[in-house]
Amino acid sequence: MKNIEELAQELSYTVFTMEDSSAVILDGYTSDLLSDVMGNASEDSALITIQAHKNTIAVASLIGMHAIILCNGRAPADDMIEAAKREQIAILGTSENQFTVSYRLAKALGKV
Amino acid sequence: MQTIPINTYNSPTVILELIYRLKVKDVMTRSLISVPLGTTMRTVQNLMRENSITGVPVVSDTRLLGIVSMDDIIQALDFGYINETVDSHMTRNMIVLEDDMPVSFAISYFDRYSFHRFPVLSKDKNLVGMVTTRDITTRLLLEINHEVENLERMNQTTKVTDGFTRDIHSFAVLKHDFENAGFASTQIKKRLKGNGIFPPTIRRAAIASYELEMNIVVHSEGGRITAEYGPNEIVITSEDSGPGIPDLDKAMEKGFSTANEWIRSLGFGAGMGLPNVRSVSDNFTIESTPSGTIVRSTIKFSDTRNNETEGDET
Repeated sequence: MKNIEELAQELSYTVFTMEDSSAVILDGYTSDLLSDVMGNASEDSALITIQAHKNTIAVASLIGMHAIILCNGRAPADDMIEAAKREQIAILGTSENQFTVSYRLAKALGKV
Repeated sequence: MQTIPINTYNSPTVILELIYRLKVKDVMTRSLISVPLGTTMRTVQNLMRENSITGVPVVSDTRLLGIVSMDDIIQALDFGYINETVDSHMTRNMIVLEDDMPVSFAISYFDRYSFHRFPVLSKDKNLVGMVTTRDITTRLLLEINHEVENLERMNQTTKVTDGFTRDIHSFAVLKHDFENAGFASTQIKKRLKGNGIFPPTIRRAAIASYELEMNIVVHSEGGRITAEYGPNEIVITSEDSGPGIPDLDKAMEKGFSTANEWIRSLGFGAGMGLPNVRSVSDNFTIESTPSGTIVRSTIKFSDTRNNETEGDET
């Protein structure tokens, strides 16, 4: 269990927005299909995805996720950052792909 | 003309609420560039150029002692004391704002005085920021934009009570409106949260309403999401105006989707929408004709604490 700020630092990911740096991350969920995320991701996990648009924030907020990690160097659209601020969801970014982010996050969270 | 052309006493209510609700600390710049006593006017001039700012506060620790403005620098250049320190040349008679004041105060201050910026102090008199007219107008524009968005949506939303205990809330959903997609589900979630409904139940309702909302956005010509809040359950109904689902059995199959490439590239059309809705519903019905599809999902509040499902279980 770590908070989002510690994770961002430890994994040295870019922070696009982080209104609530104390949000605790317990797990991760890797998917680019929003219905899959909606149906299967658990609360308090970080979403690892390449979907860098506003709808991702809606999904994350509806199911109570506090962080999104954008992979492959994708940068969030301005309206995505704005929506994330409103919903207090952090957006991190990295040039790593979903596989790499997944195992690094799992390791950082002591899952493996 | 007023510096900020907003009247602080008889503007539209929505604007008045905004400028009283927003505090100076919400609009001010917090990343401050300041200098201590003993700094030369030349150094300040360079700081201004490098950071494209027009006023630099002079501080001792976090106490504000004075401010050097662009005008002070021009004077210093004119009269040849640019290499002297700020100590005797800064402006000491300053008007300051407090961070807890409403923005309306700041607006009338800009009208009343000819300053282009005001230092902002906290209650305990520490310098915490600077505010310029630009800071205010930028923030106001953003907020007004947001208010207009809400007003537009309110016009699309009707709220009625059917005379019993049920509240009915209905939202228009437009075809391919990815911009506002999720609004109905967010409102439904907020409402349930406000009523203290068990969080896993809220999650099920959020999943059902979001998938139904997205289905209207992605696949239909437009439609409505209606939420009926009963004492023991919520009924979420999605109605659209076509083109209908040709093969319902196929549509209920996981992974089957008719979404096109660009919709899939946004992360939709995974073929999990309707199966997700069904799996979180206590009761699920669907009817479809070429003139429209009606999906009804019922999610019960009571007696479900022991067998709550966490989303998709099938």
